[in-house]
Amino acid sequence: MSAAAPQPAGWHDCRDTFSKTVEALAEADPRIVTVVSDSVGSSKLVNFRKRWPERMVNVGIAEQTVVAVGAGLANGGKIPFVSAAACFLTARAMEQIKADIAYTNVNVKLIGQSSGIAYGELGPTHHSIEDMAWLRLLNNLTLIVPSDPWETEQAIRAAAALDGPVFIRVSRMPVPDLPRSNARFEIGKAETLREGDDLAIIANGVMVHRALAAAEALAAEGIAARVINMSTVNPLDEATILDAAKTGAVVTVEEHSVRGGLGGAVAEVLATHDPVPMRILGFPGFLPTGSADWLLEHFNLNAAGIADAARQLLARK
Amino acid sequence: MMRYLSRQGGREEGAAQAARTAPPTVEETNVTSAASAGLANDPVALIADKALWIRRRSFQMVYEAQLGHPGGDFSAADILATLYFGVLRHDPSNPRDPGRDRFVMSKGHCTGAFYAVLAAAGFFPEAQLTTYMQPLSKLNGHPNRNYLPGVETNTGPLGHGLPVATGIAIAGQIDNAEFRTFVLTGDGELQEGSNWEAALTAGHRKLENLTLIIDRNRLQQGARTEETASLDPLDDKWRAFGWHVEVLDGHDHRALYEALSKSPKGRGKPLCIIANTFKGKGVSFMHDNVAWHHGVPNKDQYEQAMRELA
Ligand SMILES: Cc1ncc(C[n+]2csc(CCOP(=O)(O)OP(=O)(O)O)c2C)c(N)n1
Repeated sequence: MSAAAPQPAGWHDCRDTFSKTVEALAEADPRIVTVVSDSVGSSKLVNFRKRWPERMVNVGIAEQTVVAVGAGLANGGKIPFVSAAACFLTARAMEQIKADIAYTNVNVKLIGQSSGIAYGELGPTHHSIEDMAWLRLLNNLTLIVPSDPWETEQAIRAAAALDGPVFIRVSRMPVPDLPRSNARFEIGKAETLREGDDLAIIANGVMVHRALAAAEALAAEGIAARVINMSTVNPLDEATILDAAKTGAVVTVEEHSVRGGLGGAVAEVLATHDPVPMRILGFPGFLPTGSADWLLEHFNLNAAGIADAARQLLARK
Repeated sequence: MMRYLSRQGGREEGAAQAARTAPPTVEETNVTSAASAGLANDPVALIADKALWIRRRSFQMVYEAQLGHPGGDFSAADILATLYFGVLRHDPSNPRDPGRDRFVMSKGHCTGAFYAVLAAAGFFPEAQLTTYMQPLSKLNGHPNRNYLPGVETNTGPLGHGLPVATGIAIAGQIDNAEFRTFVLTGDGELQEGSNWEAALTAGHRKLENLTLIIDRNRLQQGARTEETASLDPLDDKWRAFGWHVEVLDGHDHRALYEALSKSPKGRGKPLCIIANTFKGKGVSFMHDNVAWHHGVPNKDQYEQAMRELA
């Protein structure tokens, strides 16, 4: 079911980081268990199952139950990592996530695997480009969209350390290691990866390295674009967004629908406190047939498309 | 042109329906197969011929796309061939005829076999199969009713087909309509609770116009069903929900044809057919092998499979 093109050398599938990190955590903390719905291979948890067969619960193809069982395991003192394809984990089990996890406020870590459009050709039923919108408005639920392996590991470790519900998107689409001068991860804190005062590009997940490439292209034209990695979507780092507004123009980029996700979240903050011209880049909704790479190109979710949007926006500043 | 099939021992046929009863000849389908010639009057031989064609054509699609679910395509090929070439009364030139029999492909990941049978039955040109999963293709990895005639509802997430088919059957029940509704699920798929909610509703409403076929290949995505969340005794479960159950060999065309074409009238219960099958049926190295759930063939594997599927 691999949909993405072969990985360029030195690029990574963050699912590998997920399984490596959760194994390291499980070595140190016997409360950690994994909960899956016929999603062992797609979560890269085959090795975890080999090492701790009694600490993996496979409920079969039943996403509502996998989430609810996770809630029960937390009640029983475990730290469950519930792992399934992001599309089914969210769309199928939204009420369990709302009522059993977020509203009850239990210590469950939900891992949305192969998020976004990684399943490309398998179509809109298998894309998860509504999840940020659905999840970010649930109180108590921390929502993290990491950008690369380093951040994926940090997010998983921080989630394990936090006593409360967390949802983490884990992408299978190959990403490079991002350049970081002083790497520090904190839930709820955005990361400024590049300084600039002409406009700000706010991105998360697999779009961050594309935003950096767009900023590089703009710099060659004398445009200084700030690049902000907004990996935590809930709680939202409003201070960093309002600081970005001081540049006078904000572009958001996400591997998600343009409605209700990162762009929607940023727009709520700007509209309330400091409206500045804005562009929201993402997908229009149900997508046509095509590979993940093809879809990103087709909808201009690449460095050139982001740079174009930035230029157009600057004209409105 | 109307191309409804007759159904053995079926309902009484009114004048309006008499015109629908001519079985399709091989020439009427857009599939040209030398082996098909002369098979039109023997439904079981025609079904066997089409099943082989579906396996070959779907595997070619998966090979060319380097994507797909060939194991489940092969476990379902005989069921699909029986439905489309022996059982369903449908008219590809009028795919939304209100009187048509409905077929819901709940195991929507098996589009290789599903698209192949739809093309073979004449819903769209066979040439279109070469676009499988290509950019902007109407042949998405999972079926889309808004792209293709013959698709009743968009599937892909498991556990949706039976509830939707139940709704279709209830509409038929309210209208006292003649059409039947068939739905094909996987067996791993039955772990989704939505199926059992629909099973209650269908049993409660005595939907004799509804037929569920379970592709009981005993494998799901990552392992055997009985090692994951066991389903047995599966027949007893459906009986307890108020269904009539028949268990048969899902690769036996005659058994499938007889069980599916028999009139359900007067039974007062929905019908559940547990079709015992093998994932990857037809190719030695794929047979009962979970690696072929979504495994795709390299050139050597493709060529060997095509030699075996002869
Ligand atoms: C709701 C949902 N969860 C998970 C999946 C991923 N998935 C696709 S096929 C499959 C296994 C299906 O097994 P089964 O129903 O036995 O089908 P078959 O063996 O006939 O292919 C899974 C888990 C899905 N498509 N939908």
